[in-house]
Amino acid sequence: MCQVDEEYQEELERADGPSVSKKCVKCKEASAAVVIRAGDTYCRSCFKEYFIHKFRAMLGKNRVIFPGEKVLLAVSGGPSSCSMLSQVQEGLSQKAHKKLRFSPGIVHIDEGGAVGQSAEERQRKVSELQAVFKATGFPFLILPLEQVLDLPSSVVETALSPLEPPPSAYKAAVDRFNQTSSSDYLPPQEREEKSLPDVQKSHTQLLQQLMGSAKTLTAREDLLNTLRQHLLVHTARTEGYSKLMLGDNCTRLAIKLLTSISLGRGAQLAQDTGFSDSRYGNIISVRPMRDYSAKEIAFYNHMFNVPAVVVASLDTKTSEKASIQRLTESFVTKLQTDFPSTVSTIYRTSEKLQTACRSSSSADHSDRCLLCVCTLDTAVEKASAFQATLISEQLSQTKSLGCRNPGQSPGPVKPESAASTGQCCSSAGGEDCGRATSGGGCCSLTTETTDLKSLLCYSCQLTIRDMSSVDHLPLYILSEAQRRQRRAQMRDEISEFLLDDGDEGIYREV
Amino acid sequence: MAAPIAVHLEFGGGAELLFNGVKEHHVTLPSQSEPWDMKQLLVWIQRNLLKERPELFVQGDSVRPGILVLINDADWELMGELEYQLQDQDNVVFISTLHGG
Repeated sequence: MCQVDEEYQEELERADGPSVSKKCVKCKEASAAVVIRAGDTYCRSCFKEYFIHKFRAMLGKNRVIFPGEKVLLAVSGGPSSCSMLSQVQEGLSQKAHKKLRFSPGIVHIDEGGAVGQSAEERQRKVSELQAVFKATGFPFLILPLEQVLDLPSSVVETALSPLEPPPSAYKAAVDRFNQTSSSDYLPPQEREEKSLPDVQKSHTQLLQQLMGSAKTLTAREDLLNTLRQHLLVHTARTEGYSKLMLGDNCTRLAIKLLTSISLGRGAQLAQDTGFSDSRYGNIISVRPMRDYSAKEIAFYNHMFNVPAVVVASLDTKTSEKASIQRLTESFVTKLQTDFPSTVSTIYRTSEKLQTACRSSSSADHSDRCLLCVCTLDTAVEKASAFQATLISEQLSQTKSLGCRNPGQSPGPVKPESAASTGQCCSSAGGEDCGRATSGGGCCSLTTETTDLKSLLCYSCQLTIRDMSSVDHLPLYILSEAQRRQRRAQMRDEISEFLLDDGDEGIYREV
Repeated sequence: MAAPIAVHLEFGGGAELLFNGVKEHHVTLPSQSEPWDMKQLLVWIQRNLLKERPELFVQGDSVRPGILVLINDADWELMGELEYQLQDQDNVVFISTLHGG
């Protein structure tokens, strides 16, 4: 293994390829076919074993999936998720050594409406995928993204989360799961399969309008991700699944890590790129493919004929600098060619990330971002960089808004409970602009945008800022926003009467 | 003079979008004095097959980062990458890994 390559060239005589010169590092017999990482050459069969084993090891090491549990696989049709599907099939098959024990279901979200595909193209892709799903034998659902417009606002509310069991209590968690499993969900309905329901053109237009209201590609991609997540979580909840499996591979997660930092999502990195993501409370997302590089997946799919479909996305055929996501992708892939350990180094770094638990870890709704449902990261002390950006933004807007009190203090962000009233007229009770009514405001357009901002984490604020209008957002988001604002207002009005224990805003840890 | 070489090309993972959606191509490379190598093949593909956006497939002398190349079902890194000399009836596959998952 440590010897110089040239020595092998004379020894090797293969019928088909006289130019293959290295032997597999694992079995040392067959000729190598794949180079994994920097310098590990594997032959076909060893590579297959390695690939399959990694999937099991990933699930086994992070003991999050209970036996018999219903797990929803989110399959976009791309190589990683189709590979994940085939691994699940492999793991559940009878002849597998220590076979996996959970019940999978498949969901595919057709985003053609948001991406600009024609109805025929969408139908064609859906039929291809349908054939693939039928062959697996698992129950599947194919949903158009347009359904996100009809979601109930319970999606963005935080459901009570099950207590995370410490690793040693896995068995206890399994027992508890078995006891409670049958009570929570609706019984599975008659349909085992569901093809693409007819999508109304008006819905597609609404969706395109929503996408069009995002001015930059970066914001558009971010918005699409958010909507897709919401729809996935809602589907998992209504169909009775408790876990969601996403097919993000190592390369994609490394790109996502760097992109998230650029987008201001540093506080949510652990949840965005970690193995398990529990922000939705009763639905836990897991990423079993996070240890596989894109190259390994592409090789495996090609060599072992895993069916996959090419899915057009928002940044297909765009130039390198079209969006932050695209730029980061090209940066990482370029670096990877010269330094093959780039992606794995970024991956190892992401493994070490953990979310710091805040002192107020209750399921208080005002603690969560409206769009990404992560804990808000905007309640920080006065001297932070975030405060500085807010001050400079506010100062640059002072001239344009007529009703702003020119003498107001430069500290516009109060603790969240009062933030929604604080933005426009920050005098004591907020009376002087006549904002006694719930939705109104003297500068109503800007007030609405700013009010939405107070409910969002930093990066979602940036996304909203890139949108020309928030009115196109789906109803469930807007109505939940109004609900939270009303509650915050109410809390503000009665804050003087509340006992100190209940008012977390003042005693938040800095 | 080398004889003309018949090569089977495949494009996958989204790379076929640059070739009008056609995944498989049987091509015959014209004869020339030196043997064909991968570098020349890429130039040939760019000139004769690539329908749009060459910068999404080729970058400089080599393929764009993120596009895998398999020669006869083996990683081209094992074959010498651009220096590999093509032989008759070789199978070259280009898979783009830049497309979703």
